Amino acid sequence: MVEHRRWNDILAYAILILGVFIVVFPVYVALIASTHDAATVVNGNMPMLPGSHTLENYYRAIFVGGSRASREPVGHMLMNSFVMAMGIALGKIVISILSAYAVVYFRFPFRQTAFWIIFVTLMLPVEVRIYPTYKVIADLKMLDTYAGLILPLIASATGTLLFRQFFMTIPDELLEASRIDGAGPFRFFKDTLLPLSVTTMAALFVIQFIYGWNQYLWPLLITTQESMQTIVTGIKKMLTTTDELAEWQLAMATAILAMLPPVAVVVFMQRLFVRGLVETEK
Amino acid sequence: MEKTAVFKGKFLPYLLLVPQLVITLVFFYWPASQAVWQSFLREDAFGLNSEFIGLENYQALLAQPEYYKSMVTTLVFSSLVAALSLSIALLFATQADKNLKAAPTFKVMMIWPYAVAPAVAGVLWLFIFHPSLGTMARPLRLMGFNWNPMLNGNHAMALVVMAAVWKQIAYNFLFFLAGLQAIPRSVLEAGAIDGAGPYRRFWTITFPLLSPTTFFLLVVNVVYVFFDTFGIIDAVTGGGPAGATTTMVYKVYADGRLGGDLGGSAAQSVILMVIVIALTAIQFRYVERKVQY
Repeated sequence: MVEHRRWNDILAYAILILGVFIVVFPVYVALIASTHDAATVVNGNMPMLPGSHTLENYYRAIFVGGSRASREPVGHMLMNSFVMAMGIALGKIVISILSAYAVVYFRFPFRQTAFWIIFVTLMLPVEVRIYPTYKVIADLKMLDTYAGLILPLIASATGTLLFRQFFMTIPDELLEASRIDGAGPFRFFKDTLLPLSVTTMAALFVIQFIYGWNQYLWPLLITTQESMQTIVTGIKKMLTTTDELAEWQLAMATAILAMLPPVAVVVFMQRLFVRGLVETEK
Repeated sequence: MEKTAVFKGKFLPYLLLVPQLVITLVFFYWPASQAVWQSFLREDAFGLNSEFIGLENYQALLAQPEYYKSMVTTLVFSSLVAALSLSIALLFATQADKNLKAAPTFKVMMIWPYAVAPAVAGVLWLFIFHPSLGTMARPLRLMGFNWNPMLNGNHAMALVVMAAVWKQIAYNFLFFLAGLQAIPRSVLEAGAIDGAGPYRRFWTITFPLLSPTTFFLLVVNVVYVFFDTFGIIDAVTGGGPAGATTTMVYKVYADGRLGGDLGGSAAQSVILMVIVIALTAIQFRYVERKVQY
């Protein structure tokens, strides 16, 4: 920067530390709550330091479930969330890399039409068409299945646009060179395009994994059996009993568990995350 | 832009497109057109009979005071969330853009809430501000403030706004920081040589140069408030008390599920679709052209 004043740096640190405090505070409180017993949490004067019930709470949350309201243990919900998030992320990558390949590297009638059919889906999130989509899933007998959780959410254009954009930056000479080597569309895709797309795929994976993991409305609607519930919808259900009965310490342990996988993805794959976020938006 | 070197192939390209097109048609176009069609129908409670009633669902909807209330709620909610999360994120981003040793650490610390599910964020804030057991409820009451988001609509709104802003700061921060780092240092140095101090430089150089980012974020934030905050509202207030936090999207859900009014719910979906398409069109038309220097 132009001038370097000490008070300026100190002010910057002060503001940023305040920011981090705001960002961390709710999670810290949840973490603390997940280490106390029910009585301490409910009395409204919970200490701000960890208690001694950590293992008990997490063990009960993951393997046993709540005692008062009969609930599915969280371990199973975690598995459901994981399957859904992976299904959405991988499904999107597969269908969109294939369609982008077709749109960019082939000339055929209705190419533009196909592209626009896909492109329009960018504008309408699942929230505005929930009941009709629910009905389609019900008619296809996909309620309470992984397919029903996953398929409607991979119908979107983000991936196709991202790969299309990336393919456009690949020099034409590469295709000509592999043609001279006698490569057909399959070989070119497998040996040239796929290896070049690894970073793009990884970036898309990170964003879509978080998107899939954090879904709420859709799983809420189409899962009726507790065995198909995802962890994000499960927390809310732990709290829908009357306030005195809700086991907040278990709900908070569940909230921490629900945050861990996607937050870990952001923290440990920060580069890919930032790249995916910036590129899927434009 | 088009590729000049391409493959020939009659069936292969269609084959490659089939998975995405089938999924899009079955789970996107079919339900979306059903929503439009349903909005002209009246269905009985069991979904056995339906009757074409033209625009009656829309008329009934527009005669409902609750619908206007949900529009106002959405407007209030989205302006508050967008204004707060954008300005807070901009403040933090300008600080993180300074040459600080710990800047990368601060960056990670600021962006991870992006990964927290809206519903989970809602539960966290509900716990802190819960009227009977919340950590913040007691200090508020000791200060003589009768805090109760379960009964007071304004308190409930404040709570969902806090949770939504908290979650959105990460996203805005990231884009603002990228925007700030793209501003050439030489322009700022030139300003400094002309005698402009840090504040003057921010408002006359940095802020105008950031306007494309700001406008883009504004549109994204409004869309975020429309849709992604569903989880927050459902987890924290369930649209209450007395509809004080029922946004338009929440009303689509509540009317269709709890009220069983599928025709009315579909009519609301159609209106929402039109709004979102308009927003997206605005974004595409103006982001690149108008708000650039």
